[in-house]
Amino acid sequence: MISIFGVPGPLLFGQLSLGLINGAFYALLSLGLAVIFGMLNIINFAHGALFMLGAFASWMLLVPNTWLAMISPGLSVPDWLSLGYWPALVVAPVLVGAFGLLLERTVIRRLYKLDHLYGLLLTFGMALIIEGLARNAFGSSGMPYRTPDALQGPVNLGFMFMPKYRLWVLLAAGGMCLLTWFLIERTQLGARLRAATENPDLVQAFGVNVPRMISLTYAGGVALAAFAGVLAAPIYSVNPNMGSNFIITVFAVVVIGGMGSILGSIVTGFGLGIVEGLTKVFYPQASATVIFVVMVIVLLARPAGLFGKAA
Amino acid sequence: MLNAANPADPMLRIAGLNSWYGESHILHGVDFDVREGEVVTLLGRNGAGKTTTMKSIMGLVPRREGSIRFKGAETASMRPDGIARAGIAFCPEERGIFASLSVTENLMLPPQIAPGGMSVAEIYTLFPNLKERSGSQGTKLSGGEQQMLAIGRILRTGARLLLLDEPTEGLAPVIVQQIGRTIREIKARGFTVLLVEQNFRFAATVADRHYVMEHGRVIDMIPNSELSANMDKLHEYLGV
Repeated sequence: MISIFGVPGPLLFGQLSLGLINGAFYALLSLGLAVIFGMLNIINFAHGALFMLGAFASWMLLVPNTWLAMISPGLSVPDWLSLGYWPALVVAPVLVGAFGLLLERTVIRRLYKLDHLYGLLLTFGMALIIEGLARNAFGSSGMPYRTPDALQGPVNLGFMFMPKYRLWVLLAAGGMCLLTWFLIERTQLGARLRAATENPDLVQAFGVNVPRMISLTYAGGVALAAFAGVLAAPIYSVNPNMGSNFIITVFAVVVIGGMGSILGSIVTGFGLGIVEGLTKVFYPQASATVIFVVMVIVLLARPAGLFGKAA
Repeated sequence: MLNAANPADPMLRIAGLNSWYGESHILHGVDFDVREGEVVTLLGRNGAGKTTTMKSIMGLVPRREGSIRFKGAETASMRPDGIARAGIAFCPEERGIFASLSVTENLMLPPQIAPGGMSVAEIYTLFPNLKERSGSQGTKLSGGEQQMLAIGRILRTGARLLLLDEPTEGLAPVIVQQIGRTIREIKARGFTVLLVEQNFRFAATVADRHYVMEHGRVIDMIPNSELSANMDKLHEYLGV
C-alpha cells in the first residue's frame, strides 16, 4: 500500500476528496456572495438559508405528494410533478432565484443607500425567519434524499475509489464556477456588471437599466446558492440547519479570498476545502478551526484578502 | 436668439431648471437651448453650475424641477437610462473609464440605442492610440487616451446629442488640439454637442454659441462670431 508522509494513500486521498467536496460548496456559496456583494453592496447573510431552500425545493420536487400529505391529508398533485433529481437541478434554482428576486424587490432594495451593517442585519433576520419556518414545517431532524440511480456506487479513479455522486458534485460545481467566471469576466453582460459595480450611475446614464440588473444579479447569486443546495441534498441530510452549518465557514472563505472577488472566491473555496481535508489527516484536532486560523493570518498580512484590491 | 437659417424647434430646450444636492440649491432657473447640428458651450467659473446642468439633463442629480425638452419630448422626470435611450450621451468630467474593463470593453460598454452611430473602425481611425492599446486595462491609459476613450465610446451608440464635460481639462496642448479636431469632425458628421469648458480660447475654436453661467443661472449668450467683440465682458464673467 502506498503511503505519503507516513499516511496511508487511501486515507489521504479519501480526506482530500472530502475536502474538495466541501471546497466545492464553499466555492459555489462564496461565489454567489461575491457577486451579490460586488453589485448590491449587501453582505447576504440569508445565503445559507437560501442554500437550504434549494435543497428543500429539490427534495419537494422529488415526490411532492409525500410532504403535501404531511401538511394536509388529502392534498395531492399529479404524479408528473414528481420531477426527480435532474430536472430539480434547474427548477429548484429557478424557483429559489425567483424568491430571491421577490426579496430584493420588496425589502433589500430599500437598504442600498445605508451602511453595510443594515443589509447584514436584515439578511440575517431573513435567514432566521426562513430557517424558523422550515423547522416549523419539517422539523429539524432532516429528510433523507436518495442519490439518483445513475450516480449510485463508486468509480475507480486508478489511485482510489470515489463515490460516483461525489465526483459528479466536483464536476458540476467546478463547471458552474467556470461558467459564472466566464459570464462575468469574458462577456459583454459581465462587462456591464463589472462597470455597474464600479459606477452604477454612469452605466445607467449609458442607457442600461441598472436597477433591473441589480435585481437579476441578486436572483442569480441566490440561484447559485440553490444550485449548491440541490447538489448537497444527497450528501448531507436535507434539514433546516444545513445552511447555517456552512455559512460561517463560507464567510471566512469570502474574507480570505477578498470581498467581491470572483476568482478569489473560487480558488479560495476549493483551496480551503483541501486545507481542511489535509488537516483532518495530519492534525485532526485542528480541522474545525484551521480555516479561521488561516483567516486570522490573512487578515493580519493582507487585510483586503488574497485576491481583493485594497480599498 | 432665433436663427433664421434654422427655424425648426431646438433639439434641446431647457427652461426654468432647478436642481438640488440634498439641502444645497445649485441651479436656480437655467434657461437655454441647443439646435440640431450646433456645438454650444457652457462657460463659467467653478461652481457656476455647468456640470450640475449636464448631470440634470442626464437625470443624475437627486432632485430637479423645470423643463428639459429633447426633440420635443419632456425628459425632466425620466430616469437616466430612459434619457440615454432617447438619444443623449454623456461624457463625464472625471471621464468615467472603468478600471475593471479593458479598453475594448470600455468602448463597447454603452449599448447601441439607435442606428447611425460610428463604427468601431471609424472610432479607431479618429483615435489611433486606442486601437494600439485595445487590450490594456482602461485606467492604464494616459489622461489624453482616457479622454479619447470616453468620447469614442459615446460615438458608437447612435445618440445624436453629446454632452461633453470639460474634455480638455488637464491635458497637454497637443492633446487638446486633437480633441478640438475631434469635436469639429463629429460636428461635421451631424452630431450636436453641448460642451462644458473653462477654457474659452479652446471653446472659441469649436463652438457656434456660448452660454455664460453664474450662480446657477445662464446670464448671457454670445455667438462665437461676436466673441472677440465681447472679450472684456467675458473676462469679467469668467474672472480671468
